[in-house]
Amino acid sequence: MTDWIDACAADDIDEEDVIRFDHDGRTFAVYRSMENDYFCTDGFCTHEQVHLADGLVMDHVIECPKHNGQFDYRTGAAKRSPVCENLGTYRVKVEGGRVFIEL
Amino acid sequence: MTQRDYSLLGPDAKRAVKAGLAAADWYHTDIPRKDMKALMKREDRTAIRDTVILFGAMAVFAAIGIWLWPSWWSAPFWLAYGVLYGSAMDSRWHECGHGTAFRTGKYNDWVYQIASFCMVRNPVTWRWSHARHHTDTIIVGRDPEIVAMRPPALFRIVLNFFGIVDGLTGWQRMLVNASGRLDPEEATYVPESEQPRVIRIARIWTAIYAATIALALAMQSILPLMLIGLPRLYGAWHHVLTGVLQHAGLAENVIDHRLNSRTVYMNRISRFIYWNMNFHVEHHMFPMVPYHRLPQLHERIKHDLPAPNRSIWQAYREVLPILRRQLGYHDDFLTRALPRTAQPYRVDLHQSALGEAETTSDGTPKAPAVPAH
Ligand code: FES
Repeated sequence: MTDWIDACAADDIDEEDVIRFDHDGRTFAVYRSMENDYFCTDGFCTHEQVHLADGLVMDHVIECPKHNGQFDYRTGAAKRSPVCENLGTYRVKVEGGRVFIEL
Repeated sequence: MTQRDYSLLGPDAKRAVKAGLAAADWYHTDIPRKDMKALMKREDRTAIRDTVILFGAMAVFAAIGIWLWPSWWSAPFWLAYGVLYGSAMDSRWHECGHGTAFRTGKYNDWVYQIASFCMVRNPVTWRWSHARHHTDTIIVGRDPEIVAMRPPALFRIVLNFFGIVDGLTGWQRMLVNASGRLDPEEATYVPESEQPRVIRIARIWTAIYAATIALALAMQSILPLMLIGLPRLYGAWHHVLTGVLQHAGLAENVIDHRLNSRTVYMNRISRFIYWNMNFHVEHHMFPMVPYHRLPQLHERIKHDLPAPNRSIWQAYREVLPILRRQLGYHDDFLTRALPRTAQPYRVDLHQSALGEAETTSDGTPKAPAVPAH
């Protein structure tokens, strides 16, 4: 049984940026792309427990702030070592100016 | 006096994990997200300019060196070529390994591959080793890149000014890898999925060196080796001169880069060769910031950092006496006094590591590791 969880306001996130969202003891990263699309992945890097929301968003890639590992935040695919394991991704919808993620 | 075991497989490695020092939460100066994004922003222009200058200068120096060969008049040009090959490539390896020098990923990768070859550091192995250095900076038994251990291996450091230990180790590991094996310590941080790449690259390099040596034999001259291989030795001095200052003599087993890393102001030529890694506290605290923005980052956070060393010379005047003392008393080190404007961090955890400090960076005894309010 999944739920749509209200994560933030759509304009809480700058264009081509990311914010952290914590829910129910878990942490997520919520992204806004250049094209104004929204995405959500696990909040921690798969290499070590580092919050991706402190990283850099660039061309649909999130770069981890610790060792510069990269993921495609649309698919969660690991793109650059030292990350080897993909990120979990979550469906997102925007309604009434709010961003919801499906958990 | 504490005996240290710097191997990644020894008792200190286990102790670090047990004490919560492995993969710990390190201190970061607070910077608003907007400012941080501006500092992290990538561009190609500056690194392309620097790379064209670097490779252009190498081509010119090498051409003049070959032209004047075998006269002694060629020596200054080989020395200049050597320092770009055996030292500037160290910083290019480093920055492009982080992937921050260029915005375009493949430019980082190309320069990283070339620089790794020049420095004889397997590009796969060393990416993992350097990741560990950032996770566990100067944590004994965890960090594979500690240069000045305790007691400091001064003879080894002196030999490395001529690339002797690191160069020879690099070639030896290359041959081990080319034979299809990994060193047992390397195997602790290189994931299995990456190990075939380590071996493939080592084989390509071995073939390049074999061709260079064959050419030297055919020509009955060391000239081909003056271009490929030997500059790793005769040009290494600058990267060791600057690299030793990164952490030597400072605290071990702390999780605050302000206490275990050193920022040193340097002349423009050294900064070009070193690609601004003299801002070393800043680099460790925020590895996402490209080398060309480190001076800006330094200005932004210096209120929260220990005073930088004013020059290479002044930094050595601080480091050498402490290294000499560590030969006799391993627990001696420099405590970095933080300015009054700095945020303290994890005093509880650091008290045990810093409790035995005898000297502060300004020469006074036993200063606290937190601001003296
Ligand atoms: S923690 Fe993310 S790349 Fe290492």
